[in-house]
Amino acid sequence: MKNIKPLWRGLLLLFIGALIGYVIGVALDFLVMKAVNFSAPVGGLFGLLGGVSSFFFGLIGYRWITRGLVFQLIGTIVGALFVTGIRFILGMDVFGDFFFTEPAWVFGGFVGGLSFLVGVGAVDDWFKWAMGEETSEHHEEPSGWERYFSVSLDHKVIGIQYTVTSLLLISIGGTFALIFRTELAHSGLQFLTTTLHLFDQNGLQIYNTLMSLHGMIMIISILIGIAGVINYVVPLLLGAQDMAFPRLNAFSYWIAVPAAVLLLSSLFLGGFDTGWTGYPPLSARAPVGMQMFFLGVIFAGWSSILGGLNVLATVLRMRAKGMTAFRMPIFVWAAIATSLISATATQLIGLAFQLVMFERLLGMGFFDPVKGGDPILFQHLFWFYSHPAVYVFVLPGLGVISELIPVFVRKPLYGYRWVAMSSLGIALVGFLVWAHHMFASGMNEYLRVPFMYSTLLVAVPTGVKFFSWVATMWKGKIETPTPMLFVVGGIVVFLLGGLSGPPNATVATDLHLTDTYFIVGHFHDTIFGGFVFPFFAAIYYWFPKATGRRMNETLGKIHFWMMTPSFLTLTLLMMRVGLIGMRRRIADYDPALHIDGYHLVMTICAFLIAASVFIFLINFFRSIKHGEEATGNIWNSRSPEWQVPSPMPAHNYDHPFEVVGEPYDYGLAGSQYVKFVDSE
Amino acid sequence: MRHFVIIGVLVILVSVLTYNGIQASHLMPVEASAQSIPVDWMWNADMAAIAFLFALIMVPLIYSLIVFRRRKGDTSDGEHIEGNAALEITWTVIPLITVVVFAYLGAYTLGETRVIDPNAAAIRVHAMQWAWHFEYPQGFTSDQLYLPVNKQVDLQMDSSDVIHSFWVPEFRIKQDVVPGRITEYRITPTLIGSYKVRCAELCGTAHSYMEAPVVVVSQSDYDTWIAQQVKAAAALLNATGPDAGKALVNKFGCLACHTVDGTPKIGPTWFGLYGSKVELSDGTTITANDAYIKQSILQPASQVVKGFSPMSFNAQALGVTDQQISNIIDYIKTLK
Repeated sequence: MKNIKPLWRGLLLLFIGALIGYVIGVALDFLVMKAVNFSAPVGGLFGLLGGVSSFFFGLIGYRWITRGLVFQLIGTIVGALFVTGIRFILGMDVFGDFFFTEPAWVFGGFVGGLSFLVGVGAVDDWFKWAMGEETSEHHEEPSGWERYFSVSLDHKVIGIQYTVTSLLLISIGGTFALIFRTELAHSGLQFLTTTLHLFDQNGLQIYNTLMSLHGMIMIISILIGIAGVINYVVPLLLGAQDMAFPRLNAFSYWIAVPAAVLLLSSLFLGGFDTGWTGYPPLSARAPVGMQMFFLGVIFAGWSSILGGLNVLATVLRMRAKGMTAFRMPIFVWAAIATSLISATATQLIGLAFQLVMFERLLGMGFFDPVKGGDPILFQHLFWFYSHPAVYVFVLPGLGVISELIPVFVRKPLYGYRWVAMSSLGIALVGFLVWAHHMFASGMNEYLRVPFMYSTLLVAVPTGVKFFSWVATMWKGKIETPTPMLFVVGGIVVFLLGGLSGPPNATVATDLHLTDTYFIVGHFHDTIFGGFVFPFFAAIYYWFPKATGRRMNETLGKIHFWMMTPSFLTLTLLMMRVGLIGMRRRIADYDPALHIDGYHLVMTICAFLIAASVFIFLINFFRSIKHGEEATGNIWNSRSPEWQVPSPMPAHNYDHPFEVVGEPYDYGLAGSQYVKFVDSE
Repeated sequence: MRHFVIIGVLVILVSVLTYNGIQASHLMPVEASAQSIPVDWMWNADMAAIAFLFALIMVPLIYSLIVFRRRKGDTSDGEHIEGNAALEITWTVIPLITVVVFAYLGAYTLGETRVIDPNAAAIRVHAMQWAWHFEYPQGFTSDQLYLPVNKQVDLQMDSSDVIHSFWVPEFRIKQDVVPGRITEYRITPTLIGSYKVRCAELCGTAHSYMEAPVVVVSQSDYDTWIAQQVKAAAALLNATGPDAGKALVNKFGCLACHTVDGTPKIGPTWFGLYGSKVELSDGTTITANDAYIKQSILQPASQVVKGFSPMSFNAQALGVTDQQISNIIDYIKTLK
């Protein structure tokens, strides 16, 4: 075993561990159900946990993330047994449809998530402090690739951990999308049929679970992805050694890992059929998987809130000398805007889901009309976060676009202050628009008009951004290496997303559009334009800073030219079929709508996008070792992080810098943005 | 200056082409209701603005990428232009005014779709997982919605389980159906034809199939249909036997989930069901007799057939009587 490369050892153990877990699960299921069920929910769940833990065991041995996952597994079982024991004493049902009963699963999942944090070591220093022990400022960390699987306090390591985790989740969520997109290629049920049985779900239910998980896994991957870019870049842009609270930063990352495991486990525990919105009463009736989904979101929410607070504190307290508010790099403004939202609004989605959780566990009828509750109240609570959340997703991406355009156009960012304020403007107006998701919901109908006004108002700061980008490019000297291609692609796609917004805002038209594929197309345009394209741009752009090597340009261009036309075709067709009568979230559609052809094209486009992302992933992992060396300022940027050699040293800048000019004064002879203190 | 003239001409050209392209693609289904006219008017206004804004951003963007691209060997920077406050104010204030105008138009067209005719006939709509039932004031219930042309109807909608949404694409307007309250949907069909109401709010396993026919007919055809239904309902009230059962099955929309030809759907098939041995999900086996079928109708979650999921289907909400259940069982007996 010693001579095998760790990765191969991990993959080998992945299969063995998954098999052992699966067999244990099926055997436990047999003990309770007295019948062999090869698609038993617990079999799938134990297979997942066993496989993932074994993979990391093969990769790095029993420490760090492996230890966390094993702790999570044991914590889940101990927590569930605790509740099961109490139920046994009280004479209640001991086992349920999914081996344990629902309250046992919820408590087990919760204890498991917390156990992960203990096991991985994310709370070690705090425990030591509580015991009165001293810890070193920079604690011991392994060197080399292994440190990415350990609790590191270095914001650059954490940024890369976030980014790679995000790419992994995007791949999982994307695979789910491919499965149900294939099912939709033709009307009728192709392979997710009603006779299919997997983890206690038939084909239609599997469709609903995959569609719902696609939504939430992608949302979490976006939150993690923006946290990755912000974590890596913001301290470098500010000239800080690290984030304000490095331990909290590590904690924020590591709590997102059990969140992802909890979310995925819902697939095996009966799934859930509510979409990512989880509206009751449907979510109050869904299988146990619903609760795992709620728990996963609540854990991921903590990550987002704590991460947001950390960014705000870092920007407020740790800027380099001379970096006044309007001399900060523009991306920092975007990070502030997005952190303000995630630190103050995330609580509301947690609250909404927690109320449903309690409704299910304790019979509290918050949203149950029979008990005097109101299903529409949930929608208000939910959208109070979930609309601003969309701005959490896109503001950092728009910040990346604003940050990169000047570099590749060789001109100052047009109207810097206006662009900075437009980010805050979008964030603040974003808090006032939530009920535009509810125009057809049955809420008081007079509310629709004020929410239409506030919603359309978002167009004003968004317009400022577009006009400023175009004006920045005007009369520039535009270069188009891969990062700039993705910036331009992001602008075009986000423009389509933005322009398909107003018909959803003007209430009369929205009554036709809401809950159709028009919305699906609109939403994917905003998220790809506002997150996915800029995220890729940021990775291609800052990859050399992190590794000292650059990603392959040819593969990067293939990635761009494969993805962009396919994506535009996909979303424009989504809007088209939506207008004709294609509803959201359906596994099958009426052949009388004559949209089979469009759906086939959409499915082909989806596979082309997946293939292009696969090319990107190959490029990404290959370039870490084999990419062309790039240690200097390869983009010829004025930004401070490019003034020192790549890869970035462990504690960032060896010499602190002072801000002596404007960040984007390209084309102004002799101007400088930063001056290193002893570089006289 | 030359650049601005070219851009100006191109923006106008591209806006006009985009708008006409959108119009030529016939994006919307036919207009089959009075309410669809303001909706489509608003849609066209939105499209005009979108076409213009699309051109306004895309033309200078692509123009810059071509005309201001870096030439080979040129290593100089672009012009040092930091911004222009007047221009920034312009492109903040003009969109602000446009937004207010569009919000006004949005409110106005919304009002147009909500014009109330006090003489509109009320029809009750009951939504459930995964069927629609339409209760007419004449005292019968149907699984099809027949509507007279050019008359406003007032659909009073309720749900017995989860949230559904009433949407006929040709009518444009959509309204959620929420448990615990009655929501109102007023529509004036203007085009004779057959359409479908499609549930637009995810409502569980068979959400995709929650559709029902909506038929718009002339007033005289409508009156004939109503008379037929009243007669059929009266006949059904006292009728017994399999034919009455079959009519009830259609009326209650049972075949949304069950089949009569042996293929499983969301629920088990009824073909050959009566008298057969049924394996339940708890491992026991039971004979499908009258008592079993009756309990399965009234409390479907109490005896779940192996391989199927427990359903929250609520037969009591439909007001099924014992006699009706016995008629349905008589009908199931004939399915062999």
